[in-house]
Amino acid sequence: MKSKSSSATSLDIFLNLLARSWTYLFLVGLLVFFSLTGPGFFTVRNFSNILVASTLVMLMAIGQTFVIITSGIDLSIAFTVGLSSVIGATTMRNLALGGMDIGLAILIGIGAGVLASLIPGLVNGYLVAWVRVPPFIATLGMYGIVRGAAFLLTDGQQVVGGLPQNLRDSLSSIGNGSLIYTVPDIGLVFFSRPADLAPAQLRFTDMLLPYPVIVAALVVLIFGFILGRTQFGRHTYAIGGNQDAAIRAGINVKRHLLMIYVLSAFTASIAGLLHVFRFTAGSPLAGESALLSSVAAVVIGGTNLFGGEGRLSGTVVGALIIATLTTGLVILNIDALWQFIIVGVIIIVAVLVGRVQQALERRQI
Amino acid sequence: MGEPILQVHGVSKFFGGLTALDDVDFEVSCGEVVALLGDNGAGKSTLIKCISGVYRPERGQIIFDGHVITGHTPMEIRGLGIETIYQDLALAENLDVGANVFLGKEKKRRWLGLFPITDDEFMRRESEQALDKLDIHIPSLRQKLVNLSGGQRQAVAIARAIYWNAKLIIMDEPTAALGVPEQRKVLDLIRTLRQQQIPVILISHTMQDVMDVADRMVVMRRGRVVANVPRREATVDLLVKYIIGAEEMA
Ligand SMILES: Nc1ncnc2c1ncn2[C@@H]1O[C@H](COP(=O)(O)OP(=O)(O)OP(=O)(O)O)[C@@H](O)[C@H]1O
Ligand SMILES: [Mg+2]
Repeated sequence: MKSKSSSATSLDIFLNLLARSWTYLFLVGLLVFFSLTGPGFFTVRNFSNILVASTLVMLMAIGQTFVIITSGIDLSIAFTVGLSSVIGATTMRNLALGGMDIGLAILIGIGAGVLASLIPGLVNGYLVAWVRVPPFIATLGMYGIVRGAAFLLTDGQQVVGGLPQNLRDSLSSIGNGSLIYTVPDIGLVFFSRPADLAPAQLRFTDMLLPYPVIVAALVVLIFGFILGRTQFGRHTYAIGGNQDAAIRAGINVKRHLLMIYVLSAFTASIAGLLHVFRFTAGSPLAGESALLSSVAAVVIGGTNLFGGEGRLSGTVVGALIIATLTTGLVILNIDALWQFIIVGVIIIVAVLVGRVQQALERRQI
Repeated sequence: MGEPILQVHGVSKFFGGLTALDDVDFEVSCGEVVALLGDNGAGKSTLIKCISGVYRPERGQIIFDGHVITGHTPMEIRGLGIETIYQDLALAENLDVGANVFLGKEKKRRWLGLFPITDDEFMRRESEQALDKLDIHIPSLRQKLVNLSGGQRQAVAIARAIYWNAKLIIMDEPTAALGVPEQRKVLDLIRTLRQQQIPVILISHTMQDVMDVADRMVVMRRGRVVANVPRREATVDLLVKYIIGAEEMA
């Protein structure tokens, strides 16, 4: 009798573990599958491509995770990314053309891009927390407003170009550069691609730690720490779990929600600025296509759309799954549209697994 | 009994066209257990939410321990020493016991001597001790509250209120979900608080409990205070008459 009940429990524990870690296993499964079937998939170059490709969705999804844990949603980041990239690129260009030192122009451009994102962030937070507009509506309104504003700033153009060559070189050396390179016959090289390599060497030079990945990783670490370990993170969960309880416990819920939407705009602005570094241009549309993927990454990562539940590590895995799928399907020469179908299925599975897991936790008492 | 530590003067509270509190006067002295009685919808919970800062009354003044607290935030009022057990418990059920007992007042420590992080171990230990005082055992303090029973959750809400060495504790039907032995424990707890000169406002529909522990009974009806009865004059019969409105106080 006793052994029977304890074996049932260990099955429960096993299932619970499985429910908790299935996204990790799924990601590993994908990687193994594509490595076995996709020529050129299992290479340093391809992995670093996947990581770089994931940064846009990843950065947007980081802020989105906080927002969704408070049981909100932020649609406006679709264009906050673009707004920051447009303002960042325009500022850098104008300052550089005005003769300012390139490094300083870049720094001021970064500052301007981040500051610009504060506006939609603050407006979203104000509308949600003080005016009590439902987050979906408030950020949908800002989605349109920021989109219009970004395009007005570019006179309707999709790209802010015209950056002087020396500025573009500097931006690209970071946006398309790596902290560590592996160069055939030489080995590891730090900070930048060595000059005058033979064409064959150049062809097989790989980026081991691309700068955009380092930036995204730092943002993940910092915000993962904030969410998981600090009082700010604890209050984020409390507000998502029971906003009334949070208010009565004395938490300043309005101010907290304001900070959450500012945070979301902030990680979106970093994505927008990375766009400037990678493509040496700004675009109002820089983040548009990644909005739904960012929400998908959050949900696949196990964050509950009703709030109160979720982790940043899950979101990271979700973003990596999406980037792996995109890349893998291209390599297998499968129509990229399949990506949408597969991601759709995983989202639904993620929600169902979440439910099963809750049921399992209850049974373990 | 000592000086009044809490004074509610002429407080009115409206919800749209509904008058939830109508010119309420109410006092609590040090070391006094005051029962707040009344039918469903009489305005008891609304009154205590005005005191704890959840609602801001439209009229009147609330004074606690020498401070005018009308319109203060819940945190300011907790800071002055009022802790409240709400009828709906007001717990974050997605968090564990320690997080709930310390909600809004998280204990922090420095990670690497630099970054302030929540000290979850400390909060869990302290919560366990607070629960032990209530003789309520929760199998795993790491459990989220959704997975606990109604009584266990109520115990968490009580533990949260008593943990902070409050100067006034408000209990809105604190025993509703508890078993008989646990109810006794809570009544004992209220007596202990009185011995320590800590006043308690107790809202309860259980006449026997009220007769057992209260020093004074205040009865509300339709948002008004209709009776204020010292324990020695109180009988269950009389209280029930006030509650249902068969008797009016002179
Ligand atoms: N947030 C609110 N919005 C609108 N009306 C409310 C609100 N809170 C309470 N009321 C109304 O105010 C009146 C008093 O409610 P209250 O909760 O204070 O009663 P109570 O005495 O605590 O009753 P019970 O014994 O059922 O808990 C009721 O008519 C109730 O419907
Ligand atoms: Mg009530």
